[in-house]
Amino acid sequence: MPNPSTPAQTYETNHVHTVYEEIASHFSSTRYKPWPIVQTFLQTQPQGSIGADIGCGNGKYLRDKSQVWMVGCDRSTNLAKIASKNEPHSVIVADTLALPHPNGVFDFAICIAVIHHLSTAARRVEAVKCVLDLLRRPCSSSSSSTSIFTSSATPSGPGGGGGDDEGGKALIYVWALEQKDSRRGWDEGHEQDVMVPWVLKQKKEKQEKGRRKKGGDEEVGAEETKQEGDKTFLRYYHLYRKGELESDIEQAGGVVLESGYEKDNWWAIARLR
Amino acid sequence: MKLLTLNFLTCAIKTCKTNSASFPLHPRDAELEIVEADVNLPFLKNILPRLMWDELRGICTELGLPELPATPPTPADLIQPSSSTPETTDAAPIAEADEEPSQTAKDLHRVLLETCIQEGKLVCGACEHEYAVKEGVANFLLPGHLV
Ligand SMILES: [Zn+2]
Repeated sequence: MPNPSTPAQTYETNHVHTVYEEIASHFSSTRYKPWPIVQTFLQTQPQGSIGADIGCGNGKYLRDKSQVWMVGCDRSTNLAKIASKNEPHSVIVADTLALPHPNGVFDFAICIAVIHHLSTAARRVEAVKCVLDLLRRPCSSSSSSTSIFTSSATPSGPGGGGGDDEGGKALIYVWALEQKDSRRGWDEGHEQDVMVPWVLKQKKEKQEKGRRKKGGDEEVGAEETKQEGDKTFLRYYHLYRKGELESDIEQAGGVVLESGYEKDNWWAIARLR
Repeated sequence: MKLLTLNFLTCAIKTCKTNSASFPLHPRDAELEIVEADVNLPFLKNILPRLMWDELRGICTELGLPELPATPPTPADLIQPSSSTPETTDAAPIAEADEEPSQTAKDLHRVLLETCIQEGKLVCGACEHEYAVKEGVANFLLPGHLV
C-alpha cells in the first residue's frame, strides 16, 4: 500500500483514491458514452499515433481500436483492471504525479476528468506539467530553450514518429464551476472546492437503467434517491472557473492551442512551449 | 501486459526518469503467457519506427525468448512477397488490404503483442526499484517517501 507522506496526498487518498477503488464497478457501469470533444480529438490523430490516457478510468476512450495505440493508466487498480480489457491498448496502474510513461515520446495525451481531483493549486499545475512532459517536443530546429528531456534522454527511437513540427498535443478536461443549468446548479461565486456524493446502490438499480441522459454525464447514476442499505461516498473536486485551466497550462510550461466549454466542463488542447 | 508496452514505460520516480539507465525496465521472475490475437499489419508497420530495437532485443534475451534479429526489419520486410499469385492478370496495384504478413511480421507480432507478462516484477536499471505485475497489470504506485 502506498504510504502517503503529505497532507494533500493523505487527503486525496481518503477523498478520491479510496472512493474510486470502492465504487469502481458501479462507476464503470455508468461510464460508457464518450464526450464528443474527446472523441473528435482522438479521431483526428494521424494513423499510427502513440498516445497516453492519463486517468483512463474504465477505459471508455480505449474502446476505439482504430488508428491509434494508447498506454492508459489509472490510480485505481480496480478501474485499471476493467480498462485493461480493451485490446490492443495497454493499461497500467499509476499516479498522475509519478507517471512511468517516458517523457518526450507521445504524439498525444488525454487527461479527462482527473486534474480536478488534486487538492492544491500547485499539485494541479504539476499534474498538467506531468501530462505535457510526455509529449514529443516541438522541433523548430532553432529553438534553444528545450529542456533536458530532449533527444539525449530519449534516444532517437520513439520520438521519431509523426512528422509535424508542433510536437505532441494534449487534451485536458476538467469539471466547471459554471454549470448553473446542471442539476448541481453551481455557478460563478460558489466555493470551488467541493465534496460530491456517490451513492453506491446495494439493491437493484431498476430506475437508473432507462434514465441515463445522453452525452456521457459526469454524474449520471449517482446520487439518485438513497435507499436503505445504500452507501454514500464523498469525492473531492476542485471546480474550475473560466480561464483557470488555461492559466494552469501556462504555469506548467504549455501553450493553449484551443479551449472551450462542453457540457459542464472546461477543456483545452495544449502543447509544450 | 504485452511486451510492446515496455517500449513505452520507464521508472516512475521523477529523478530517475531522465536517467537513461532507467529504460527499459527489466522483467524479473516473469510468468509469460501467449495471448493470441490476429496479426494487424498496418499496426505493425506504424509501430515499427517507434521501437527501441536494441532494448527490446535485450528484454527478449533476458526473458529467454528467441533472439530478435540484430537490426530492425524494414516495413517491406513485414509484407509477404506476392509472387505466389500468378493467376491475377490485370495490372492493378495490390491494395494495402490485400497485403499478407510475412514470417518476420508474424514473429514480431508474436513477441510484441502476443507475449504477455502475467505475473512478476519490472525492475529499474538505475534505482533498482521493483514494480509488481499482477494479473497482467503493472503497478507503478510509489511508496510515499519516493513520490
Ligand atoms: Zn528508477
